[in-house]
Amino acid sequence: MNGTAILALIRTDIRLYLTDRRAVVVGVLVPILIAAFFGYVFGGTGRNEESGKIPIAVVDEDRSTVTRAITADLAADKLLQVTALDRAAAHEQVKAGRQNAAAVFPKGFGEQTTRALFDGRDKPQVELLVDPSQSTGARVIEGLLAQYAMQEVSKEAFNGALGRKAIDGYLADLDREPSTRTRADLTALLRSARKLSDARDTATQGESASGAGRGFGLSIPYTVAPMEVTARASAPYNGYAHSFAGMAVQFILFAGIDAGVLLLLTRQRGIWLRLRSAPLTRSEFMLARALATTLISLFQFTLIYLAAAVVFKVRIEGSWTGFIGVAIAFCLLNAAFGLMLATLGRSAPTTRGFASMATLLLVMVGGAWVPAFVFPRWLQAASLYSPTRWAVDGLDGATWRGLPFSSAVLPIIVLVGTAAACLTVALWRFRWEE
Amino acid sequence: MLEVEQLSKRYGDRLAVNAISFTIAAGETVGLLGPNGAGKTTAIALISGIARADSGHVSLGGVRVRQGANELKRRVGLVPQDPALYDELSAWANLQLFGGLYGLRADALRARAEDALALVGLAGRRHERVKTFSGGMKRRLNIAGALLHDPDLMLLDEPTVGVDPQSRNAIFENLEALKRRGKTLLYTTHYMEEAERLCDRVLILDRGQILANDSVANLVRQYRNLEGAFMQLTGRALRDGADT
Ligand SMILES: Nc1ncnc2c1ncn2[C@@H]1O[C@H](COP(=O)(O)OP(=O)(O)OP(=O)(O)O)[C@@H](O)[C@H]1O
Ligand SMILES: [Mg+2]
Repeated sequence: MNGTAILALIRTDIRLYLTDRRAVVVGVLVPILIAAFFGYVFGGTGRNEESGKIPIAVVDEDRSTVTRAITADLAADKLLQVTALDRAAAHEQVKAGRQNAAAVFPKGFGEQTTRALFDGRDKPQVELLVDPSQSTGARVIEGLLAQYAMQEVSKEAFNGALGRKAIDGYLADLDREPSTRTRADLTALLRSARKLSDARDTATQGESASGAGRGFGLSIPYTVAPMEVTARASAPYNGYAHSFAGMAVQFILFAGIDAGVLLLLTRQRGIWLRLRSAPLTRSEFMLARALATTLISLFQFTLIYLAAAVVFKVRIEGSWTGFIGVAIAFCLLNAAFGLMLATLGRSAPTTRGFASMATLLLVMVGGAWVPAFVFPRWLQAASLYSPTRWAVDGLDGATWRGLPFSSAVLPIIVLVGTAAACLTVALWRFRWEE
Repeated sequence: MLEVEQLSKRYGDRLAVNAISFTIAAGETVGLLGPNGAGKTTAIALISGIARADSGHVSLGGVRVRQGANELKRRVGLVPQDPALYDELSAWANLQLFGGLYGLRADALRARAEDALALVGLAGRRHERVKTFSGGMKRRLNIAGALLHDPDLMLLDEPTVGVDPQSRNAIFENLEALKRRGKTLLYTTHYMEEAERLCDRVLILDRGQILANDSVANLVRQYRNLEGAFMQLTGRALRDGADT
């Protein structure tokens, strides 16, 4: 093995890479910018609260104590940003995407709900106009609506005028039914409730009868404290950790394509004859190419993650060995992929076109743009066939998930295995002599 | 020094080189003359081991070498017809690569590169990128790149094509210096006056076959001058593309 020759080839490839300033900038700066954008959109460093209040319109056609109270509760919720509109305006704004959803309380909502709480009949309907592109927001709204409606309706039922009317109505209905043990118990229960409500009503005479002064109601008997399960309790999910993994993978693959295409172009130039007139074997030549591309990829990788660490506070919460292992395995794969392209491709433009398309597809399916965990199940399963998924998962594991080295082993094996497969194809098809 | 026996190469149904045989003695400078498409570049490629012959053999110092063998490549310096350089890199970086390919290590390589650059008169421009060089400078650097590993045999494929008289003269002086150092040169051209000035012997090649193999003096005696010999042997018909 001619080590000096291999070193000379590697040094030349690195020099060629560094002379192309534009390629260096595109390969390092662009991924950093895009990762910064995606990272910001998908949760940033997890500390900024002001981001992401869900815009919702409320259309109150009832104007009862109940609907006014629900509207006030929604407006006070820190997840929502509430605007009161009429039905037509709300419809327009949801359609235009300015509101994620609009809740419409129809006329008679307060009275009907208070009554339906007791007899379960003739439940009124809240129309929820939903922007179909914002289904997550709509689900949050549905949940909050259920919570606040239950609270306010029960409050009204046991304290308010509508409630007393509903109890009276229900008692009258019970009177018409045949006399049973259950009927007697129910009647007694309702009478005490009525008495309690009366007493409270006299006590609060003169005070404002709105909002918190309206006495007790049913509420959800627990609260939820979401805790992000990440590396450490003090380290919240860092959206940048994922986006940097994705963009590093994508743009290093692009550089790998460039390296492959460069080799294709070299074959068409005089320099190719010169290289082949030197005492060099095919495998020495390919080894040099593979190592050079691996080193260049690692250089790119290092710069990109340096920016991630310094500017965006991305930390290796898990295993450093795992992180470095996944990085090297991925860079090897990238080099092998580039070599394979150079052996299979014919003309430079078509090779570049096809390879870029394939890369974008692999990268997208691999969860580099949008994390794979938001994919539907079938796509999550399918994406396991994309080596990019393993690279991104491996990097995610070592960074924000804070996983130990053992969980980097499988990604490393998959990446190195794929690299070996690409290299085999390249070695098999590479034409050195003509 | 070099012995070529019955070497043939076919591209599709065209015989680019048709059973050529000749020998070159050590220290001799031989011109390989022929019109466009005669098969000069192909012959050079076969001898240097970058193309595989369909039949025939090449021997170096009396020993037959396997096609494309590295022991052959180490003893041969090829100067390709088109300058084979990385335009984006400096002259020095190009030489570092070519020397490295032959296993030269740092110190030896530095000395050889200095020497080669001095010979071709580019010592002062070593750190400039090749793409800023003129055509003549590129051709001279192309020659320097083939000298680093101190080959016994140099194969030069039209080293003076497309350069002005001054550069041509400079290249000539480089080749004469190499000749004085005792290198064996096989040199293709279609400039007769170059061959007359430099070569001990010429081979005239046409349609892949050798039509004449004689000393310059003999050919001049027989045909008045080399140009006359060339035109008489190869005929007046236009070659490129029109031939069979
Ligand atoms: N790679 C190739 N594929 C097909 N045909 C080729 C190839 N290389 C050379 N030929 C053909 O072989 C013949 C000899 O070509 P070659 O390049 O050896 O000629 P040459 O004497 O060097 O010509 P020139 O003076 O133009 O450089 C030509 O007819 C050419 O078209
Ligand atoms: Mg030629």
